[in-house]
Amino acid sequence: MKKFGKMLGKAFVFCIVMIVLCSFVYPLALTGVSQLTMKNNANGNLIDKNGEPTNNIEEAVGSELVGQDFTEDYFFRGRVSSVNYNTYTEEQKENGEYTGVSSGSFNYANSNPELEKRIQEDLDEFLETHPGVKREDIPSDLLTASGSGLDPHISPEAAQVQVAAVAENSGLSEQEVQDIVKENTEHKVLGIFGEERVNVLKCNLDIAGAMGLI
Amino acid sequence: MLQIILTLAIFLILVIPMGKYMYHIATEQKTFADKVFNPIDHLIYKICGIKNEDMGWKKYALTLVTANAVMVFVGYLILRIQNLLFLNPNGIEGMESSLSFNTIISFMTNTNLQHYSGESGLSYAAQMCVIIFMMFTSAASGYAACMAFCRGLSGRKLGNFYRDMVRITTRILIPVSFIVGLILVSQGTPQTLMQNFTVETIEGKYQDLAMGPVAALESIKHLGTNGGGFFGANSTTPFENPTVISNMVEMLSMMILPGACIVTFGHMLNDRKKNKVKATAAAVAPAKKKILMGRQGAVVFGAMAILFMVGLLLCYNSEMAGNPVIGEMGIDQSAGSMEGKEVRFGTAQSSLFTTVTTSFTTGTVNNMHDTLTPLGGLVPMLHMMLNCVFGGKGVGLMNMVMYVILAVFICGLMVGRTPEYLNKKIEGKEMKLVAIVILIHPLLILGFSALAVAVSGGLDGITNPSFHGLSQVLYEYASSAANNGSGFEGLADNSVFWNVTTGIAMFFGRYIAIVAQLAIAGSLLAKKRVNESIGTLRTDNVVFMIVLVFIVYIFAALTFFPALALGPIAEHLSLWM
Repeated sequence: MKKFGKMLGKAFVFCIVMIVLCSFVYPLALTGVSQLTMKNNANGNLIDKNGEPTNNIEEAVGSELVGQDFTEDYFFRGRVSSVNYNTYTEEQKENGEYTGVSSGSFNYANSNPELEKRIQEDLDEFLETHPGVKREDIPSDLLTASGSGLDPHISPEAAQVQVAAVAENSGLSEQEVQDIVKENTEHKVLGIFGEERVNVLKCNLDIAGAMGLI
Repeated sequence: MLQIILTLAIFLILVIPMGKYMYHIATEQKTFADKVFNPIDHLIYKICGIKNEDMGWKKYALTLVTANAVMVFVGYLILRIQNLLFLNPNGIEGMESSLSFNTIISFMTNTNLQHYSGESGLSYAAQMCVIIFMMFTSAASGYAACMAFCRGLSGRKLGNFYRDMVRITTRILIPVSFIVGLILVSQGTPQTLMQNFTVETIEGKYQDLAMGPVAALESIKHLGTNGGGFFGANSTTPFENPTVISNMVEMLSMMILPGACIVTFGHMLNDRKKNKVKATAAAVAPAKKKILMGRQGAVVFGAMAILFMVGLLLCYNSEMAGNPVIGEMGIDQSAGSMEGKEVRFGTAQSSLFTTVTTSFTTGTVNNMHDTLTPLGGLVPMLHMMLNCVFGGKGVGLMNMVMYVILAVFICGLMVGRTPEYLNKKIEGKEMKLVAIVILIHPLLILGFSALAVAVSGGLDGITNPSFHGLSQVLYEYASSAANNGSGFEGLADNSVFWNVTTGIAMFFGRYIAIVAQLAIAGSLLAKKRVNESIGTLRTDNVVFMIVLVFIVYIFAALTFFPALALGPIAEHLSLWM
């Protein structure tokens, strides 16, 4: 019994030492170094209305890395989100429609009829608001939900099918909108790793800028 | 496809030196970093009263269980009272008791199944003192057990549990996590103790951005094959996994240590051979041959690699084929099935990540597994059921050696040779222990799945209709028993039934196997060496490697095929036929 008590005591002291090392020394050191050397990156890559990095929360309009929900017809729309990108109006917060920050997907299996229903509804709505677009030109990423519900990107093809409608509704020329898309297209690393993608928030910041809204 | 091949090539390049470094640490040989780490280690030894004494398998196993039990107790307490502690800027409440039970077992067993959502369920103090802490210690425990096991098989004494824990933590886990953490921050993963932000968008709405010490957790989460995310959606969220570079760094860091364990194993066995050669030909100067991982190690590594590639190809092709339901609507699915995936990763990086996270039993996800195509989802499930395709830190190698012993035994029976492995006779006692390890896994998965679909507490959690509902259940228990921790996340699993049953599956899945495996190592170590003869079955050639792959598939097919046929395979046929 005494021997077991001793063993338990040793395990306890060891536990405390490991907590100090792993839970305090390591994360605090990492916080210190990151905050000193990469302040914008360590604080969520916030950007201001010109798309420039900022650490001032008052100036920030979002994070470069996190998508947002856009409803105006002169903006590009992003992917379907089960959490509405944690974007909300004051009203939605008060009436309880927005329940707090989260992330995730609908988790509909391939065979789930709900998935088919959701995509079909979105497809019909999209074809109506984007006249002239053919079904086979719509890439699936535009109508499927992202895993995190916070995906900041769409594929270049998903941007292309929106260009005409965005130009029409914003009053910009198609060429201007094309240039904005091109400007905010991110490429594969070394031409190999990852996918070509368009940052929706940055496109919309440029559009708002060109329209003189901000 | 090219990016997948190149990523795997980088893995092969990294794993060899890492394995050698780990071998030096495990056998207490000199390394280049001793000057820095020796004083730190000695200080810890002094505070904790750790002596350099050999433990033997019984004491080693008992110490491991006791040390883990104390950590569970402390961690549970912190979760329950996190609302009263420091570093809680977002005002999180204390955690409910069955959820705390599940969470603490989950993190101590290296599973990291999460029935809570990090943004709303944990304070920063709990993320650091429970989650990050257990990510280090559970990984180190698995590694320690594995090193003791390898020492036993290579004819060394089993060693001291606490010394193994300290050395792996200070010399590998913390320094590598720190470097990986910095790389992740450079890509955009937050590392701050400030509270969450709210920004005003250009449409005049508001957006909440969840913050925290994410990078610190993220690096050890992968390096220690833990897998529990800071946020609910794990490594799919942009803040946990911002770019394709962070995605690759995360994949490589979960692959490197389980892979390196096999290289270490090979080096240890090679030593013994060298000693034998020296003894027989003492006059000849010992030729120091440089080896990559030794022949025995290479056979195990090769067999795992074959299993891995088969799974990866099936997953990738199935995801690229897309969902026929969406295809029928006439929209373009050339990028593959994108539901539940992120555009920045696409199908290639997503299917690779899925196969890696379940083969190396990490359980982190960069796409939602519930929304994978049926056969794409079968692969992660199958790899958790096999539980030896590289496997978690340390334990994967031990599980594969169980199959090696089984293969030796079966081949021995077929050709009438005495079963031997590494010059030790395999006898009744070892085979009984091997049988326990191999049987406990399907027993936990299939037994609990049967229970869950029989009672209302289990059925209430299922959220997808038809065959996929069964897949959700199977996946959850496969993930628990294999100590993986990923999930078909649609499952509504935060209920007393699911919290308790998965908690039990995780507990037995981890500790029964580890104790039995240490017992095998202890038993083999105590045996006399037998000399190789013409009747010895060689275990270091390609033929044996192929036999091993078949043995793994046959056993998995026999036990799990009926269940898989009712779940993913039936779903696939119903979609495509």
